[in-house]
Amino acid sequence: MTTSATFELSGVVAGPPDAPILRGISLEVPCEGILAVAGPSGSGKSTLLRLLNRLDDPVSGSIRWDGRDITEWDPRELRRNVAMIFQSAPIFPGTVLDNFEVALPGIDLDRANHVLDRVGMPSELLERPADQLSGGEAQRMSIARALLTEPRVLLADEPTAALDTAARRTIEDLARGLADSGVPLVWITHDTAQLRRLADHAVVLIEGDIAAFGHLAELNRHGDARVRELVGATLDEESE
Amino acid sequence: MNAADIGLTGLAASSILIAVGVAISMWRHLGLEGQLLWAALRALVQLLIVGFALQLVIDNENSLVYSLIWLAVMQLFASYTTWRRAPEVPSVFLLALIAYSASMIVTLGVLFGFQVYEFEGRTIVPLAGIVVGNSLSATVLLSRRIFDAGRERRTEIEGRLALGLSAVDAFQPVLRNSLRTALIPQIESTKAVGIIALPGAMVGLILAGVDPADAVRVQISVMYLVLGSVATTTAVMSLGISRKMFTSSDQLIRRS
Repeated sequence: MTTSATFELSGVVAGPPDAPILRGISLEVPCEGILAVAGPSGSGKSTLLRLLNRLDDPVSGSIRWDGRDITEWDPRELRRNVAMIFQSAPIFPGTVLDNFEVALPGIDLDRANHVLDRVGMPSELLERPADQLSGGEAQRMSIARALLTEPRVLLADEPTAALDTAARRTIEDLARGLADSGVPLVWITHDTAQLRRLADHAVVLIEGDIAAFGHLAELNRHGDARVRELVGATLDEESE
Repeated sequence: MNAADIGLTGLAASSILIAVGVAISMWRHLGLEGQLLWAALRALVQLLIVGFALQLVIDNENSLVYSLIWLAVMQLFASYTTWRRAPEVPSVFLLALIAYSASMIVTLGVLFGFQVYEFEGRTIVPLAGIVVGNSLSATVLLSRRIFDAGRERRTEIEGRLALGLSAVDAFQPVLRNSLRTALIPQIESTKAVGIIALPGAMVGLILAGVDPADAVRVQISVMYLVLGSVATTTAVMSLGISRKMFTSSDQLIRRS
């Protein structure tokens, strides 16, 4: 079943060598749908995501993407294929269009309008200084910017944590649309309600180890009460 | 009295100005009398030593060799000072040494290559002193600024990296800001010269009895030397530091 995985992690240790944050995890990221990464603060969720985009390297262990060890990829080529969005969207100087130019130098207006439309933003925002966007708009812009490199996977590090409910829902719909169009997502979230709305699969990290991994339906019946709580199974139990 | 020789009495008389400073400090209870006197004394002793040493170098039959040794020591000391003032910057001593050397080669290369000045002990040491002396504070400032920017603008830099930009491209906007900030004061003071302040080299020459027109020509070459050396040093330094901030896999290195 290796063809059904995008990332394959094997014995990955990461973080400061004397106090590793990830302590030897192995994982196969599904090539479809949305994989939610859940776990308490400090459990290694962001560390994991940074490894996949190669913003950091593991201390030991190996990570493969698309069948090749990620150290064999040109980091720039890898990152264009494996896009990443952050909790606080990085805003580059200039307009929204200037921001798009960073991802795709010489981008034409049609393309810019098209990607703006894809994230549900009106085309007049193209000339808006990026630092005048609202939090939700800035995050949508950063997703649009990331989509310009035509990534095959999208990594998201709590992209809605700082947003209000309406903006959060818009981004979630966008994520679902992307997943349905064939771009798998790895999505960190603290928000169990969001996890239940969005995730097809979930991996639960506790203290740098994988406590559980699988389809959401399987995790709902997991033997460890902490896992059930972290994937929000208790929310459904309460509502029943 | 010869204009070039103010003599011991002249020196003593000019020290009255220090007494004025001390008097003001005492009058306004600034508590700076000790520091004022110490600074004045240090300047006197340091410059006397330098003057004496310069005399030795210039009069020596191996004048060229000694002045080049002097130049090397000056660069080492400047690199050491840069490290002392910006110890958090990785490999700062080595980078500063490279930057000051590059700046020396470029600026003195032009001045001596085009025979603006004779290549001799009398010219090498003072010109090199101007290169290092004027580049030092800009280099320290720039080093710290670039290094801090790497932390403060981490999200922005990693945002660019995550889009597949190279480390050089991802850091370029930050680097440009830092370099501009380092160079603008130098450009401003060059623009203001003669209007707001009469520069030291020219004043010194005129007081020493040199024709003002000649003094101006020397001063202009010195000013261009300052501008050129600050630009070269900071450019080399910024490239060096930005290389140290990323791994060969275009990753911004985290430093606690």
